[in-house]
Amino acid sequence: MSLIEVRDLSREFTIRKRAGRLRRTSVVKQAVHDLSFEIDAGEMVGYIGPNGAGKSTTIKMLTGILVPSGGSARVAGLEPSRQRRELARRIGVVFGQRTSLWWDLPLRDSFELLRRIYRIGDRTYHRNLDDHVALLDLGDLMDTPVRQLSLGQRMRGDIAAALLHDPEILYLDEPTIGLDVISKGRLREFLRALNHERGTTLMLTTHDLQDIEALCDRVIVIDHGTAVFDGPLPSLRANGDASRTLVVDLVDEASPIAIEGARVLKVEGPRQWLSFPAGASAAPLVAQVAAAYDVADLSIHEPDIEDVIRQLYSR
Amino acid sequence: MAEVAHAVRSYWLIALLWIRAAMAYPLSFWTMTVGGVLITFLDFVAIWLMFSHIDSYGGFTLREIALLYGVTSIAFRVADMLVGSVEKIGQKVRTGELDAMMSKPVPVLVQLCADRFELRRLGQIAQAVAVFAWAAPTVEWTPQRLAVLVMALVSGVVIYFCVFVTFSTIQFWTLDASEFANAFTYGGNTIMQYPMTIFPREVVRSLTYLLPLTFVNWYPCLFLLGLHDPFGAPDWFRFASPLAALALVGVTTLVWRQGLRRYRSTGS
Repeated sequence: MSLIEVRDLSREFTIRKRAGRLRRTSVVKQAVHDLSFEIDAGEMVGYIGPNGAGKSTTIKMLTGILVPSGGSARVAGLEPSRQRRELARRIGVVFGQRTSLWWDLPLRDSFELLRRIYRIGDRTYHRNLDDHVALLDLGDLMDTPVRQLSLGQRMRGDIAAALLHDPEILYLDEPTIGLDVISKGRLREFLRALNHERGTTLMLTTHDLQDIEALCDRVIVIDHGTAVFDGPLPSLRANGDASRTLVVDLVDEASPIAIEGARVLKVEGPRQWLSFPAGASAAPLVAQVAAAYDVADLSIHEPDIEDVIRQLYSR
Repeated sequence: MAEVAHAVRSYWLIALLWIRAAMAYPLSFWTMTVGGVLITFLDFVAIWLMFSHIDSYGGFTLREIALLYGVTSIAFRVADMLVGSVEKIGQKVRTGELDAMMSKPVPVLVQLCADRFELRRLGQIAQAVAVFAWAAPTVEWTPQRLAVLVMALVSGVVIYFCVFVTFSTIQFWTLDASEFANAFTYGGNTIMQYPMTIFPREVVRSLTYLLPLTFVNWYPCLFLLGLHDPFGAPDWFRFASPLAALALVGVTTLVWRQGLRRYRSTGS
């Protein structure tokens, strides 16, 4: 049995709109529609999609915050909306855009309170506190009220707090939103280590595709509430009409290279950009170019994941 | 049972944290506490001043009214201190704090009620106790009357607790209706500070059968004063406060569960 099992999960919202002075009409919006997937223990899954695709709604149903309108979800053998508090002891949730710490209290007090309401054993608590506080570089911030922390500091505090009770699953909703490049890098490193060393299952929603590239073995792309792709990152690249680019630096300027299986995108002096299908091998192409022209240098560019995903959305 | 113990323990852990935080600024704590006593004291002075022109109001003397005032105010202020924060539900929904509360292993209601626990409200409770103590000699105390008083105070706290929760829960549907809730909580307490004889029969009926605030002080105080209900309600109503409290707990549980199930969270 998988750790997370989602079958035909749906959630609709009724939105009331004004129509005229007193009349109201209501529109039913499908935020999540017949969504199915399974996640095994120890996986790191990127859950991506455009704004309003249903990412947060899914996470909220998996934590029991929202009650599904149809289908079923089981997390760690529990039904989230009915066994929400029991499930809370086994999962950690980090919402990137807001904190689950107590705004006016220092981190230390928040952590102490969590220790007691989760009834975390002394050894577990101190081990986690020591590990995470050091790795997340929170040592100097323990006595600062949460409201005085910067976004990056607060995010680290939130992650440390969510991990105090040794959760089997950690959901991260936009964990790197608003962070600078260095903070992002360190956070990714921390999460990767967490997954490797403790086997914590990670599910993260993000708009930052570098998060996905750095962390996730598997990607689920959701659009209009339904999964449009589920698989490893490389096959997401190969999926669809994605193309790779061969950049050729010739010794001298020349007219556009004419070779079967490739299309010239751009010519700029001696440099030319050739596009070819992502699924095809680059070797015969390179051989043909080298045979016909004097080549100074060559490089191959992988398709940009953002382009691939954009194509998925536009279908 | 272990669930309940954990809930109560968690309540006090959260409350204690806020008490500690408030105590970090002792001067501010004490001025706010004393301020609270003064404001609520003025509240009673208004009634007292009225009695410099009249000897009885609605057939009740000043001390008898002080008894009604004391009993409802003690119950209301204790409930307000313990669970008054629940009226901020709408705000917690908007800021997404409710989502954070729902991902913790403590009942959401406990977290909402204990949030920003204000010990300084003890000042207002002290004022209510003082008014009651001043009124107490007007009652010829017997063991039965003492028992009815204790029963009324405990039921009263529960009744006000339910009113706080029920009317705050409406914010799950309307998001911004804390003023509406205030009309029934603070407004309810203010009405109950006066003898029911000054109100039309319909008002008293509504306060008995719809929103049973009369069971907080009116019926039990009638027994303490050895009176029968001027509106002709049965005599056993004077001991029925716990029944009213229980019925209200039932309704409140339903409304709260329904509200939480209907919760739609915010975007993102």
